[in-house]
Amino acid sequence: MILEAYLLLAAALFAVGLFGALSQQSVVMVMMGLELMVNAVIVAAAAFWLYTSPERPDGQVLVLVAVTAMAVEMAMGFAVTTAIFRARDVDMVDMAADLADHSGSGDHGHHGGHGDHKHHGDGGDR
Amino acid sequence: MTETVVFAVCAVGAVASGVMVFVVDSMARATFALLASFVLTGVAILLLGLSYLGVLIILMMVMEMMVMAVFMIMYMMNPAGLMPMTMVHNKVGSLAVSVGVFLLLAAGIVFVPWPERTGGPPADPTLALGEAIMGEHMLVMMLVGLVLFATMVSATVLTTHRGRYDRYGDDLRRGRPDDPIGGGLDR
Amino acid sequence: MSGAAPLWTALLVPVLLLAFGYGAAAGTAALRARAAGTAPGAGLTAPAREAARLLVQRRRTIPGADTLLWRLGGALVPAAAVLAALVVPLGPASVGDLSVGVVWFNAMEVVVWAALWMLGWGADSAWGLVGGYRFLVQGLSYELPHMFALTTAALGAGSLRVSDIVAAQEQVWFAVLMPAAFAVYLVSALAMAFWGPFGTPVGRDLAGGAAAELSGVDLLVLRAGRYMFLAVVAAMAVPLFLGGGAGPLLPGWAWTLAKTAGVVALLVWLGHRLPAVRMDRFTEVGWVVLVPVTLLQALVVAVFVLTR
Repeated sequence: MILEAYLLLAAALFAVGLFGALSQQSVVMVMMGLELMVNAVIVAAAAFWLYTSPERPDGQVLVLVAVTAMAVEMAMGFAVTTAIFRARDVDMVDMAADLADHSGSGDHGHHGGHGDHKHHGDGGDR
Repeated sequence: MTETVVFAVCAVGAVASGVMVFVVDSMARATFALLASFVLTGVAILLLGLSYLGVLIILMMVMEMMVMAVFMIMYMMNPAGLMPMTMVHNKVGSLAVSVGVFLLLAAGIVFVPWPERTGGPPADPTLALGEAIMGEHMLVMMLVGLVLFATMVSATVLTTHRGRYDRYGDDLRRGRPDDPIGGGLDR
Repeated sequence: MSGAAPLWTALLVPVLLLAFGYGAAAGTAALRARAAGTAPGAGLTAPAREAARLLVQRRRTIPGADTLLWRLGGALVPAAAVLAALVVPLGPASVGDLSVGVVWFNAMEVVVWAALWMLGWGADSAWGLVGGYRFLVQGLSYELPHMFALTTAALGAGSLRVSDIVAAQEQVWFAVLMPAAFAVYLVSALAMAFWGPFGTPVGRDLAGGAAAELSGVDLLVLRAGRYMFLAVVAAMAVPLFLGGGAGPLLPGWAWTLAKTAGVVALLVWLGHRLPAVRMDRFTEVGWVVLVPVTLLQALVVAVFVLTR
């Protein structure tokens, strides 16, 4: 019964993080959402370790890898943010859509990304 | 019984402060809300008997969030939240997707017959973890180390805008690097 | 040899920390009085008089302050000191002899980063914010060598449990076995208690830095918390490097208290003698000199442990 409680906590954290990663425009806030999602993985891995196979260390190793992934995500995220801010004064995901497929047939990257790009290019400068 | 209460408080608190991250206007408060969420999940992991990993998560997250606070203040237009503004796109869609994902995961969690526990936890999980990453799972540890090293190098390369020609002159003949901030070693 | 003391001893922890903290404050006042040419004896009551003055002083409120984070930051400093002290053994027993005591100590000590930054940020003052950022730079500079020093002590004992580390020093104190780690620990002890040469986050050149806007009881809490922190990092040096409660004649708890008092006195004297350190300089020293030094120290200790 307790395993389900931990997994529900993980699912809730994951959903909250997903909302943040999808909805936020600032790169830093998107990274906060991603961190919450990785945190959910940590909770789930630790719970699986104790409630399914505590005699094997694999669950703990997975937690360690998730913690590392979090650190790497943050370091690289801020490095890319700093680089792109320095080059183009951009700190919003919508304005950094270089890799988006603008010619493609109406995926959400085109729909959300391009539309907001124009809007913030006009009003969001500092 | 005590454990259940502590877990319930921590779980509700962790999710609530996770929500607060995207609700509050002040970026400083958002950072510390995220920190609260991490610390509370760290306590929940301590309840599982993983003392090392739980304390490690608390330790690491405090440091990480303090670094994050610096970048939050640096890159956000309105760090103190004194002029509330929303910087979101497609809020309804994101909300629908995340609620849908949560319901899907919750359904899976409730209805999937999870396997029974196969053995007991070791006397010292920290020792078990240490022996694992220095023994049969050593490859994981080596890869983690390599990835962290690569991250350090590439993050430094991405963020440094001054190369060796800026520091040592166009023909690299300058004896001392010309740095905006001199270090403590008088190089 | 080891074990958890009864729960009521948890109440003793803040009392002892406050006592050592008062001693540190009185010692500082006495040293300052002597340097100024007045009678050092008056320094012994100076902290009490200062505390009484701050207690009746009016608390400052600032429009536009982030009061939640501001007050929380001040309260976190003494709270972190007490939590960190839970794993420090007094003689044979500590309040909570965790299996990962060293990591716990480190985690609680890092909370001060958050506390000082919150203090600086919350006051809506440029001085405060500069002070908060200064402490973050300081933290990033001292934390890596500090962690390696702690790791070296744990490595010498083969355990993260503080009582095991004490037990491993029956033959030889770790201060003798790993002098570089001990020295780095003392440096980082000054830095993490933002004391003496590392006091620039609350320095006079910033009109008080992170504490610039504090007054009354809030300032008292921060100052008391800082002295308690100085006491707890000094107290942790005893089980990590100075053999814990080991010593002739006296019981273990008395030796622990005596050694702690010695380390506190050393830190107070160092803080009085050394000039302020600029963080743009110390960062390079910390990363380019202290990190390799502690790594080499850890290597030497590892080889020693293997060949013993």
